[in-house]
Amino acid sequence: MEKEVIIDLTDVSKSFDGEIVLDHINLKIHDKEFVTLLGPSGCGKTTTLRIIGGFETADTGDVKFDGKSVKGVPPHQRPVNTVFQKYALFPHLNVFENVAFGLRLKKTPEDTIRAKVKEMLSMVNLKGFERRRVSTLSGGQQQRVAIARALINEPEVLLLDEPLGALDLKLRKDMQNELKKIQKATGITFIYVTHDQEEALSMSDTVVVMANGQIQQIGSPTDIYNEPENAFVADFIGESNIVDGIMLEDYKVRFSGHTFECVDAGFEKNQKVDVVVRPEDVDVVSSDKGMLQGTVTSVTFKGVHWEIIVDINGFKWMIQTTDFVAEGEHIGLFIEPEAIHIMNKSEFSGMFGDYSSFSDELDQLADPTEPEEEEGEE
Amino acid sequence: MKKGSLFQKMAAAPHIVWMVLFIVAPMLFVLYFAFTEDGHFSLSNISTLSQYGNVFVLSIAFALIATVICLLIGYPLAYFMARSKPKTQKLLMVLIMLPMWCNLLIRTYALMALLDNGGLLNSFLESMGLDKLRIVGSDFGVILGMVYDFLPYMVLPIFTSITKLDKRYIEAAHDLGCNNIQTMTKVVLPLTASGIVSGVTMVFVPSISTFYISQKLGAGKIDLIGDTIERLFQNTSTYNVGAVISLVMMILILISVWIMNKFSDDEGGVII
Repeated sequence: MEKEVIIDLTDVSKSFDGEIVLDHINLKIHDKEFVTLLGPSGCGKTTTLRIIGGFETADTGDVKFDGKSVKGVPPHQRPVNTVFQKYALFPHLNVFENVAFGLRLKKTPEDTIRAKVKEMLSMVNLKGFERRRVSTLSGGQQQRVAIARALINEPEVLLLDEPLGALDLKLRKDMQNELKKIQKATGITFIYVTHDQEEALSMSDTVVVMANGQIQQIGSPTDIYNEPENAFVADFIGESNIVDGIMLEDYKVRFSGHTFECVDAGFEKNQKVDVVVRPEDVDVVSSDKGMLQGTVTSVTFKGVHWEIIVDINGFKWMIQTTDFVAEGEHIGLFIEPEAIHIMNKSEFSGMFGDYSSFSDELDQLADPTEPEEEEGEE
Repeated sequence: MKKGSLFQKMAAAPHIVWMVLFIVAPMLFVLYFAFTEDGHFSLSNISTLSQYGNVFVLSIAFALIATVICLLIGYPLAYFMARSKPKTQKLLMVLIMLPMWCNLLIRTYALMALLDNGGLLNSFLESMGLDKLRIVGSDFGVILGMVYDFLPYMVLPIFTSITKLDKRYIEAAHDLGCNNIQTMTKVVLPLTASGIVSGVTMVFVPSISTFYISQKLGAGKIDLIGDTIERLFQNTSTYNVGAVISLVMMILILISVWIMNKFSDDEGGVII
């Protein structure tokens, strides 16, 4: 990597009341990057952030800032600032005083404070809100104050703990763009925690996918999406059909009773693998022209496309198509070699990727969308 | 809606009757006696007030000192309680509540039994060959009594406001560069101000109006407003003067509560 490593976590573990939350994590964070820790509730992402911030102490391992261990360094002496999940703006202070808080502690001259607060508030589009009480602000405005309050201290690293979790969808999209813009403009390293894969993909330079207290994959958004390392990553990022396959030889894989050409190589002969096919990469053709044949069991209109579930030898595939097909219809599926991604078997094999019990509602239930995730609290 | 409001009126009725009979009526009597003499309107009672100036000053001073001491002991204690484990918290809570299950007068007597000339403390000191401490009958004794009797009223509201304080505010303060002391003064204290104001009010008001503590632990040597009022009301000829002093005291308390309310945030205000 050409960029300097600013934060280095080596072999970091943490457990609360005997429950392992972080299991020997190794993570390097590079300067000026937008890094997202992504994972479901309880995966250890917030705990990782809190260890970096100094609010929790790791049981094992070491955290280094600029190559120096920060063991025992309290939060107020670390070159980081945090945007908290529920903002934690001080209710006894107005917007100006909240933003000025850090500078006042450093005994900054009053006119510098005034100028900098003004500059910060205009950066987050809150000009003229100086005298407002924080309790009179909307969620989105409070969010902006929280960002201004953290950034005014010019930290080397800004930690953001699900900062957009409490906002509605439209506002969240706007704030995503804005955060990205702010990150680029200030050149500050952002470490962002979220369970929202879309958010992670659209904002980050690097995504760190976590599950069960371990890092599953580190990579750019496109890497994570196109080359997931295991069934968990493939399922958590976007929609995936994950089927059992056998790697017959390089560039040849057999699954669902058909032998496909693919672009992956380097596996052993006849190695058992997980095969990922994204729903949007499958073409629907007439049943005699398809590589696979199946029966459509459900059709849902999604606006841009139809989402159909196809039963192929008892395994339900999800396919997104712009051509209408009727429920009960017998169709063929055509899959190009580039659409097939081969992964090694992992502890997550067989747990994901079958859409037989799929429904949007269930998906939401399974998604950890509760904004007040209290992971890592004793 | 209508049904509900009728029910609400019915539900409030006993309390309203109670208030009129036992709170409003006595206050009107106080007013009446304060401005009459032998059944005629008169301001002569007011003119006697100046004689009691010293008593007022002394009472306010005693109450203020007791309140400050209660705050200095109570706040750290409440903070410690709020931050300790549930088990320790429960135990401490029982220890603080326990004396409150016992009558105030009895507690004051108990304190006398401990501190009196022939009390436990002094017998112990004597047996050790040390000098006796004259606590009962001294200013210190009276203030000690106030602190002892009213400390729980300081601790409980502060404890409540600290437990309600979101830990994230403390983390945010540390994050923005506060050390422990700065976190305390810039975040924790301002955010628990309503608890402090409640506690201060709940200690100051009974302290300024007490008479038995000064009687028992002051051994009759220390005369506060409460004692004065009690004495004046025991004699029919000074009934009217007693009423005037009571009235002034009520106004004093009202003013202090009003000032207290100014200090507390809009949230909740003073809980009395």
